[in-house]
Amino acid sequence: MSVWVAIGVTAVGCYAVKLLGLLVPAGALERPLVRRLAALLPVALLAALTAQQTFADGQALVLDARAAGVGAAAVALVLRAPFLLVVAAAVVVTAGVRALGG
Amino acid sequence: MTEQTVVPDTGAEGKPDAAVVRDALGVGIAVGLSGFAFGVTSAGSGLTLAQTCALSLLVFTGASQFALVGALAAGGNPLTAAAGAFFLGVRNAFYGLRLSQLLALPRAVRPFAAQWVIDETTAVALAQPTRRGVRIGFTVTGLTLYVLWNLTTLLGALGAEAIGDTAAWGLDAAGPAVFLALLAPMLRTVTERATAALAVLLGLGLLPVLPAGVPVLVAALAAPAVLWARGRRESGDGRTTAREEER
Repeated sequence: MSVWVAIGVTAVGCYAVKLLGLLVPAGALERPLVRRLAALLPVALLAALTAQQTFADGQALVLDARAAGVGAAAVALVLRAPFLLVVAAAVVVTAGVRALGG
Repeated sequence: MTEQTVVPDTGAEGKPDAAVVRDALGVGIAVGLSGFAFGVTSAGSGLTLAQTCALSLLVFTGASQFALVGALAAGGNPLTAAAGAFFLGVRNAFYGLRLSQLLALPRAVRPFAAQWVIDETTAVALAQPTRRGVRIGFTVTGLTLYVLWNLTTLLGALGAEAIGDTAAWGLDAAGPAVFLALLAPMLRTVTERATAALAVLLGLGLLPVLPAGVPVLVAALAAPAVLWARGRRESGDGRTTAREEER
C-alpha cells in the first residue's frame, strides 16, 4: 500500500511542476538565482544517487561488481557512446564480474 | 556578421518538417527503448507489474522514476522516497517555462502537453529554428517517447518477472548507469563538478547514519551550498551582477 502512496505523491508532484512551468507567466521563475539553483539541483541529486546505487548495500557501503559495471558505463560515456550502449555496458560488465565470482 | 543571419523566426529559412521529424524520432526511439531498463529495475526492486507501469504512465520522467524505485528498494519511507523523486522532477518546471514561450499553446491545451515536458522533448524542441519546427519536434518526440517508454516498461517488467533474479544478470547496475548518463553532460563547469563531488560525499557519508532516502535529500543541499560559496567568492571582486546579466 505504501508503495502506491509513494507513486501517487510522486505522480501528482511531478505533473504539477511540469504544468507549473507552462502556466506561470514568463519571468516569474526567471530570477538568476532560482534558475541556477534549479539547474544545479539535478546535478547534486543524480551524483548522490549514482554513488549510492553503486556502493550501497542497505545501509552499508560495499565494493562489488556494480562498481565495475558503472566504471564501464563511465568509460562508454567518455567515448561518447549512445545512451543505450552506456547502460548495456554497465549491465554486461556487472553480470560478467559476478559470473567470475566478483 | 554571422550572428545576424541566425535570427529569422519567420520560417522562411526553416528546416524541412521531415528533418525535424527525423531528429525527434531518433531521440524518441533511443530513449524510449531505455524504458526497458526501468521496467527491469522496478520489477527487480520488488514493485508489482501494475505499480511499475503506473509509474511510467503517470510520472513519466525517467530520473524521478529510477530514484523512486531505488529509494523504495532500499527500504525508504514512501514520502521520503517521493520527495527525492519530486526534487529531481523540479527541473521540468524550468523546461516548461522555456517551452511555453516557444510553443505558444492555447491555455486549454497546456494541461495535456504538460506530461511531455521532460529533458528529451525540451532538447529537441529548443534545437528547432521556427515555431512550426518547435511544435513538430515537441509533439513527435513526446508521442514516440511516451508510447515506447510505456511499452518497454511493460516488457522490461514482464522480462524481469520471467528471469527472476535480476541481480545475477547485472541489471541492478542499469539504474546507476542511467543516472550517470544523465549526469555526465551536466558536468561542464567547476561549479557543477564541485556540486557533484560534494553530493557524492554527503550521499555516501551519511548513508550509514541516516534513515534510507534521507541522505539523498541532504546531498541535494550541495547545490545551494556551492552556489552560496561561489557567490561569496565572487562578491569579493564585484563580478556577481555582471554574471547574472549574462544569462
